[in-house]
Amino acid sequence: MSELQVKTMAEFMEEGKEADILFWVGSAGSFDDRAKKITRAFVQILNKANVNFGVLGSEESSSGDAAKRAGNEFLFQMQAMMNIEVLNAYNVKRIVTTCPHSYNTLKNEYKGLGGKYQVQHHTEFIAELLEMGKLSITGDLKGKRVTYHDPCYLGRANNVYDIPRELIKTVGVELVEMKRSKRLSFCCGAGGAQMFKEPENGSQDININRTEEALSLNPDVIATGCPFCNTMMTDGVKAVDEGAAEVKDIAELIAENL
Amino acid sequence: MGLSNFIFLFLFIVSILFFIKNLSRIISNIKLGRGINRSDRKSERWRNMFRVALGQSKMTRRTVAGVLHIVVYLGFLIINIEVIEIIVDGVFGTHRFLASVIPSSLYNFLIGSFEVLAILVLVACIIFLIRRNVLKIKRFWNKEMTKWPRTDANLILVFEILLMTAFLVMNAADFILLSRGDAHYTVAFANPVSQFFVPYFETFSSENLHFIERFTWWFHIIGIFAFMNYVLISKHLHIFFAFPSTYYANLNPLGQFTNLESVTNEVKLMMDPNADPYSSPAVDSATPESFGAKDATDLNWVQLLNAYSCTECGRCTSNCPANQTGKLLSPRKVLMDTRDRITEIADNKRNGVEDTKSLLGDYITPEELWACTSCNACTDSCPIELDPLSIIMDMRRYLVMEQSAAPTELNMMFTNVENNGAPWQFSAADRLNWKDD
Repeated sequence: MSELQVKTMAEFMEEGKEADILFWVGSAGSFDDRAKKITRAFVQILNKANVNFGVLGSEESSSGDAAKRAGNEFLFQMQAMMNIEVLNAYNVKRIVTTCPHSYNTLKNEYKGLGGKYQVQHHTEFIAELLEMGKLSITGDLKGKRVTYHDPCYLGRANNVYDIPRELIKTVGVELVEMKRSKRLSFCCGAGGAQMFKEPENGSQDININRTEEALSLNPDVIATGCPFCNTMMTDGVKAVDEGAAEVKDIAELIAENL
Repeated sequence: MGLSNFIFLFLFIVSILFFIKNLSRIISNIKLGRGINRSDRKSERWRNMFRVALGQSKMTRRTVAGVLHIVVYLGFLIINIEVIEIIVDGVFGTHRFLASVIPSSLYNFLIGSFEVLAILVLVACIIFLIRRNVLKIKRFWNKEMTKWPRTDANLILVFEILLMTAFLVMNAADFILLSRGDAHYTVAFANPVSQFFVPYFETFSSENLHFIERFTWWFHIIGIFAFMNYVLISKHLHIFFAFPSTYYANLNPLGQFTNLESVTNEVKLMMDPNADPYSSPAVDSATPESFGAKDATDLNWVQLLNAYSCTECGRCTSNCPANQTGKLLSPRKVLMDTRDRITEIADNKRNGVEDTKSLLGDYITPEELWACTSCNACTDSCPIELDPLSIIMDMRRYLVMEQSAAPTELNMMFTNVENNGAPWQFSAADRLNWKDD
């Protein structure tokens, strides 16, 4: 099913055109099977709203977030400078991404290295599309319970708490909050490059702790806005009570109800 | 001036000199840290300090502890106006000097509010003691809360209770003496709280009451001198350092980590096609610092200031996902270790003792550092915006860039990013495959 309309920045350039916005897919969004579904859902939304966007495709490279948080500042800055060269060559001004880690790095950490862009998380961008009337929600999930897990790199790291929640409410669901939410949100366990290593010894895995909290609310869906959180919570649900709830990205909730 | 005035003056001067000496010692310890420029955004910094330190804006995120803390804080600030009077009285042998220079209604109001605050502080401190020692709230009993940190906290609370009690008893005794006309002075003052102490002392002889009044007066002021100096060897230093720590706090989004400048220079050189790989480095370039932090002296002075400012409340640790799931990491311990280590380094230097230890390894283990998810729960929850996360990250940088001592899986991730621009082993050519899935 290749109904998705996607053009690379190189293709735009060949045609002598410019994209209004760059969709930064991210490594997870490009390669991880679960995250690829989020990528596709978001592109569906972009297509529906006729957004003139481009992707970097094979010219995209790891943002360097994982390397940086793991302590490899060299590798991070190599990645950052390479990416900045590519982004600047395409004269990119605006970036949207489905990954809060790329979002944080591109927005906050690239600017000191010569990459200044207006960067948005996909939830911020979708909210804008809705506000401008370029999208309308037709589906209605009335009666469904959804709880939202704040990704650390969107929430505490960048103070985006309300927009994802407002988006979730647009599909008519009942949003139930975990006790530890917003500022107090409990990490999924993937940040700081933990995604790529085994957890240190302890009494419990972080994602299990968080999933138990989410499932105690009996939600139909655990919504989040980060491919890494998604993986951790999906694994968590499998381990705690398989099938008890679905784990979905907000982009998926929206895409299914357009 | 009588003998007692001389004794007072002597104690006063000695305690001030002692305080200055030890404070400057701590400041010179802090200056052992590396440089960091926090002289920017001045008005924002002042605002931050007023809001967070003076205004206690983050305290009430935990309601009970927050409200009680504000009571003690206000009590401390306001009751200290009384110290001015005590010092003047002590030096010049006057009695309740303020009453002679301000209108009696204002004096009544002041003493009245001091008394109300004193009893509130007293009650708050008792509740704090109960929370620590009877309810045994978990964050006061974590592993790093060994005997001394727990004793330190209790000592401060007992100290404050004694000071407040002395103040109230002094007023009660003074009041009875005045009402009997047995005082050498005639100063009326309001006693909304100490009046309840009066019945217990009414049977005392005037001579005894006079002794009690003098004893509590001296106890109160010597207590304050001692407290002021005790603070410098205690976690309680936050009463002063909360102000500079919030002024020099990181004002950027919490997710924004520093880009190491020394690395930027090298990476730029590597990526510059015109760079001559055989050229000798520029003459003015200083000896390169090591990347990241191995010891407390590799940290910057704001991080060291943070370490001395920490009052060990444990809000960071009780919000840390790693700590809450049984990992070794505790952000509070990171700050406590940093403080203890920089003090040790400085003391060894002063005493000419050879130092073979380091913060990394002897105080903080790699296992603790690798447990961090960089989620910023610690930095966000700190009531005075201390930043243990930046210390954790600097030490990770040392482990990785100076020692190549990352966990194996992370080394694999690095290799993948280097070779194919993704943390996993996928080819960049496949980056768009999701389109046709």
